[in-house]
Amino acid sequence: MAAAKAKDATSTSARSSAPKDTSDRRPAEFTKADEFDAYHRMLLIRRFEEKAGQMYGMGLIGGFCHLYIGQEAVVIGMQLALKEGDQVITGYRDHGHMLACGMDPKGVMAELTGRRNGYSKGKGGSMHMFSIEKSFYGGHGIVGAQVSLGTGLAFSNRYRDNDNVALTYFGDGAANQGQVYESFNMAELWKLPVIYVIENNRYAMGTSVTRSSAQTDFSKRGLSFNIPGEQVDGMDVRAVKAAGERAVKWCREGKGPFILEMQTYRYRGHSMSDPAKYRSRDEVQKVRAEQDPIEQVRHRLLEKKWASEDDLKKIDAEVRDIVNEAAEFATHDPEPDPSELWTDVLR
Amino acid sequence: MPIQVLMPALSPTMEKGNLAKWIKKEGDKVAPGDVIAEIETDKATMEVEAVDEGTLGQILVPEGTADVAVNTPIATIVAEGEDASAAKSESKPPQKSTEPPAAKEEKPAELAKNAKEPAQPKPAAAKPPEPATLPDPDVPEGTEMVAMTVREALRDAMVEEMRRDDTVFVIGEEVAEYQGAYKVTQGLLQEFGAKRVVDTPITEHGFAGLGVGAAMAGLRPIVEFMTFNFAMQAMDQIINSAAKTLYMSGGQMRCPIVFRGPNGAAARVAAQHSQDYSSWYSHVPGLKVVAPYTSADAKGLLKAAIRDPNPIIFLENEILYGHTFPVPKLDDYVLPIGKAKIARAGKDVTLVSWSMGMTYALKAAEELAGEGIEAEVIDLRTLRPMDTDTVLASVKKTGRAVTVEEGWQQSGVGAEIAARIMEGAFDYLDAPVMRVSGKDVPMPYAANLEKLALPSVADVVEAAKAVCYR
Repeated sequence: MAAAKAKDATSTSARSSAPKDTSDRRPAEFTKADEFDAYHRMLLIRRFEEKAGQMYGMGLIGGFCHLYIGQEAVVIGMQLALKEGDQVITGYRDHGHMLACGMDPKGVMAELTGRRNGYSKGKGGSMHMFSIEKSFYGGHGIVGAQVSLGTGLAFSNRYRDNDNVALTYFGDGAANQGQVYESFNMAELWKLPVIYVIENNRYAMGTSVTRSSAQTDFSKRGLSFNIPGEQVDGMDVRAVKAAGERAVKWCREGKGPFILEMQTYRYRGHSMSDPAKYRSRDEVQKVRAEQDPIEQVRHRLLEKKWASEDDLKKIDAEVRDIVNEAAEFATHDPEPDPSELWTDVLR
Repeated sequence: MPIQVLMPALSPTMEKGNLAKWIKKEGDKVAPGDVIAEIETDKATMEVEAVDEGTLGQILVPEGTADVAVNTPIATIVAEGEDASAAKSESKPPQKSTEPPAAKEEKPAELAKNAKEPAQPKPAAAKPPEPATLPDPDVPEGTEMVAMTVREALRDAMVEEMRRDDTVFVIGEEVAEYQGAYKVTQGLLQEFGAKRVVDTPITEHGFAGLGVGAAMAGLRPIVEFMTFNFAMQAMDQIINSAAKTLYMSGGQMRCPIVFRGPNGAAARVAAQHSQDYSSWYSHVPGLKVVAPYTSADAKGLLKAAIRDPNPIIFLENEILYGHTFPVPKLDDYVLPIGKAKIARAGKDVTLVSWSMGMTYALKAAEELAGEGIEAEVIDLRTLRPMDTDTVLASVKKTGRAVTVEEGWQQSGVGAEIAARIMEGAFDYLDAPVMRVSGKDVPMPYAANLEKLALPSVADVVEAAKAVCYR
């Protein structure tokens, strides 16, 4: 039911607050190469996360571990709309974002296992990884904190007078934090090039959007600051890319921030320790069956006869190899040297 | 009966001001609300309004007089039918300042009000210098010293660093057009423009986070908190984002940022606006915490803080802003963070303090000298990393120590210093270390209670005598 609701909202989201040049809300046209690329990249996230889940179960990964399974189309679609130098920042459900930014799966997995060749030398873990080289600014563990930080990244772009944008991801839960609105205010006041991507996966941990939010249309959350927003079918990578391109254009033209509400769904619990009793198995199954972002691409590839089952199996095998290699690396990479306890406190 | 117009107190910490200008002349009719004069404080130029109807009888303090104490009669207003000359005989002459009036600028009154022209540095205020402190060993002998307020020194430090590095910018509430809530950023907007001197909404959590994000992207923000009391709203960004991210990223993420503003008790502003955060921030690895006392240290350390690649908490003090100290006239005066200074040499007891606490410690040392006790006074200047060596070396010499701070005793900086002395110089101690601190209560508003809540010179003298068994 909820899935149908989400679709309705998508189709009726055009509003006067949105910029005129975004009236065309059709999904992006994907070529055969685009579809293959999206399929490969989304599948990498899915398989990586499944492997992380297994390794958590084996005790190789500790602490909190928030999986991105189900939301893959959001980061892949948005990444397709970016250019060199655009920054990305997010909260703690960040593995997918890092892979989408092109970070090495081995380094990410080794950080999950707390090993010395992890992206943060084993000192950050699942929620705290960064790559300045790939313009990925974390990986932040405090709900909503990355929204002010991402606004600061956008501030630096304005200060330097470049045309880069800062992609600032947060969830439907973080959208209720006070500093989000402090940031909205400053971003619009100073016309900062920041895209606020609200990944609405319908549950803030165990609390559904309807139980936590007075305004459940998150694309409207910037209205009182005059920030335009759109609701986007976050399960369709083509729709995400098209919306991302509109938002990016808006920002690069110096018009200020833009809000994209990505309507998506996480298949797994909030974290590995969440039994997800707050929703029915049927609800999850229904989304998986009807809206799965990877299945959508797979279906199109087969339907258009752009790929055979064998072609796709080959991609599956390639992706599994990458993930297995990462897992192997992360299992055998040594723990940090004890001397690392005292490094990196100050520069 | 003529009514006396008194020099008004225009801010919680104001003790005196300059009578910049008389708007009304003797004999002019005045009504309530009429502006009769302009008073210049070290923060702003304010208008004095008549509160009674009548005629301006006699002007008791001519315009251009500097350092008129609060509550000094500055004029009389006579009511209808009263004899203006009667007022003359009754009114007291203005309290004469023992200091020569400061050199007047052309039109100082317009500076604060009309911020379109670049603000000029104010002439050195004619305040008596603070108790003498020993010269910094880092300053070459024979260097010319210039008297300067802490406020001016901080401003100069920012100006110099902003000229040197165009990634340095100032952001905070009222830092630009208003010229700084406490006038520390005076003139910055005029020189550097709105791009680099950024007025924010009242939104500490948000702009602290924005600053941290900008620092992560390689800029060097100076985030001004109107006071550190309001930084509590931003504590999460300061601790969780600024202080910890370098470590959590395995050394990859940078965060060169300065959080600065007045810390500690001002005067008569009660509990929510009078708190010392020294121990709060000095608790946190990943931060450096600087708390200068003199103008020279304020300048040299703020310049160092702006250049430092780490997040710095720079704790200023509202009361010290107007205090004048000599500052070495050097092109680029930068002091090392993390080095304490012996402010006064002595052999009998070590007093350890920083920032505002130094005023109590130094005055107490004077008093103690009169009683034959030679106190060595150490100004920590930086609370993290703490210069334990300098403290221990002194305690090994004196065998006795007293810490002085405005903050609360439990888990305070004094407790930390005492622990380090115990760990590092136990065998040298001739008495337990004593802590003079703020009392263990929220700051009260009433003048007498506030005084009781703060540490005093007498407290320090008493503690020093106690550890000397006298």
